[in-house]
Amino acid sequence: MERYILPDIPNFHEIDVYEQHGGYSALKKALGMNPAEVTDEVKKSNLRGRGGACFPTGLKWTFMPKDNAKPKYLCVNGDESEPGTFKDRQIFEFNPHQLIEGTLIGCYAMGITTAYIYIRGEYGKWIKMLQKAIDDAYAKGYIGQNILGSNFSTNIYLHKGAGAYICGEESSLMESLEGNRGYPRVKPPFPAQRGVWNCPTTINNVETMTNVPLIINKGWEWYSKIGAPKHPGPILVGISGHVNKPGVYEVATGELLTDLIYNYAGGVPGNKKIKAIIPGGSSTMILRGDQIEGVRMDADSLKAAGSSVGTAGMIVMDEETDLIRVISRISKFYYHESCGQCTPCREGTGWLWKILKRFETGEGRMQDIDLLVDIANNIEGNTICALGDAAAWPVQSMVRRFRDEFEKRAKRSEAAAA
Amino acid sequence: MLTEENLKKAEEIKKRYPEAKAALLPILWIAQEQEGYISEDMMKYLGTMLNLPFAHILGVVSFYTMYHDKPLGHYHLEVCTNVSCMLRGSDKILQTIEHVCGVKPGQTSADGKWTVNEVECMGACGGAPMIAIGEEYYENLSPEKTEELLKKLS
Repeated sequence: MERYILPDIPNFHEIDVYEQHGGYSALKKALGMNPAEVTDEVKKSNLRGRGGACFPTGLKWTFMPKDNAKPKYLCVNGDESEPGTFKDRQIFEFNPHQLIEGTLIGCYAMGITTAYIYIRGEYGKWIKMLQKAIDDAYAKGYIGQNILGSNFSTNIYLHKGAGAYICGEESSLMESLEGNRGYPRVKPPFPAQRGVWNCPTTINNVETMTNVPLIINKGWEWYSKIGAPKHPGPILVGISGHVNKPGVYEVATGELLTDLIYNYAGGVPGNKKIKAIIPGGSSTMILRGDQIEGVRMDADSLKAAGSSVGTAGMIVMDEETDLIRVISRISKFYYHESCGQCTPCREGTGWLWKILKRFETGEGRMQDIDLLVDIANNIEGNTICALGDAAAWPVQSMVRRFRDEFEKRAKRSEAAAA
Repeated sequence: MLTEENLKKAEEIKKRYPEAKAALLPILWIAQEQEGYISEDMMKYLGTMLNLPFAHILGVVSFYTMYHDKPLGHYHLEVCTNVSCMLRGSDKILQTIEHVCGVKPGQTSADGKWTVNEVECMGACGGAPMIAIGEEYYENLSPEKTEELLKKLS
């Protein structure tokens, strides 16, 4: 398939090259439409957020109040910290102008005059790349006052995070932007009602915004026919772990997982069998290797298979993988990243990790298996934000789909004790 | 205690936000770049500058892992050990670093040359295993390549 998010054009990150290939023509076109028409185009395209929740983007934009005395804000989420996810970094490096153009179109559609692109602090080098692109776009009059001679004015600022996974959660991101610790907020009120500085705010993922110029340029009908009908469009899939060619691949949604692994990522080293995969970043439910046949990289197909698309960061594990170590490491991550506001998450993530550590070091007990599930069930749904769920799902799915691995370990440690 | 130049930068940054408090994270970055870390005196100074209580600034500095309240070694090695890197041998990378630099994760070498930290996913899973030194990412490492890299820095 032709690539639209990471096109195969040398130096596409440079503004002149981007313009030569039709760059910023979608912005011009959008400025000739009325804002509601732009939102409607995005809505009809069925574009769904690429940050993990697959929420319909156009619909989200309609939540913003039309007449409002207060200013409105757009936050573009480039905090990208979910283990297994490394796609937005490619956009900063190889296609920053399409992200900027999408951001501007979003601002125009929602009547926003200030956008912040929040990027994780570890991406210092890529923040400089995007800043360069923003400076160039300012110099050419695409950002700033009276853009392209219109009445539309907007500013785009980069905001650098400082190492906190939780700041990828939208309300935590807003807290961080305001200069606070990244504690998620209780919803409602939702950001479109009361977001950053108590003003209406929309938060969209970097990859999501990079899709927007395509929709405006080529129309919603064209876009909605790419890939899976209910979750259409190009999608960046990050493949890591036990594959020959790990990396980010742009495909149409609905690509078979097996095609992604064997054709795009070159299969498993040593032709080993696949024991398990995590399809969309560490918080998505783990699937057994024998469950992935016929499953596709789109929201419906992965949901039916008992997992989710998440950020499409797929981690492949071969038959020799120690899954107990994998889940223990994932749990350590969530324990480390829990912001500490809600008791079930703050305490529960630590308990999960402690028990899993026991299994790792040969001290796991048979009754611990159900204890893990019990703790995970008591975190899930009982916290302010979704980090609690993100910590619970991998554990729940690992026990459900690989109970035998836990039992083997427990038996071994019981035998050793006897 | 920000330099004249950095004070100017801080003033520019404040203009990007409707409230001065929002400039705290970017200004902390500037302070850390200037001093190498963020001292208690710096926190108090920034508190006065932004009209924020010291406790708020300390709270922010201690919440975010990338702000340091103590000086680091000349080279700050951040070794990702999260799943994708773990599956591709980050254990051995960490061992190599411990061996060559003579420090364990969380420590700074006595000569102040190295600080080694185990970190969470850096968003370089396609190039696993990886380490970051400052803003530079070193990907697709092996123990041999890691040793070579460290020796070049020595």
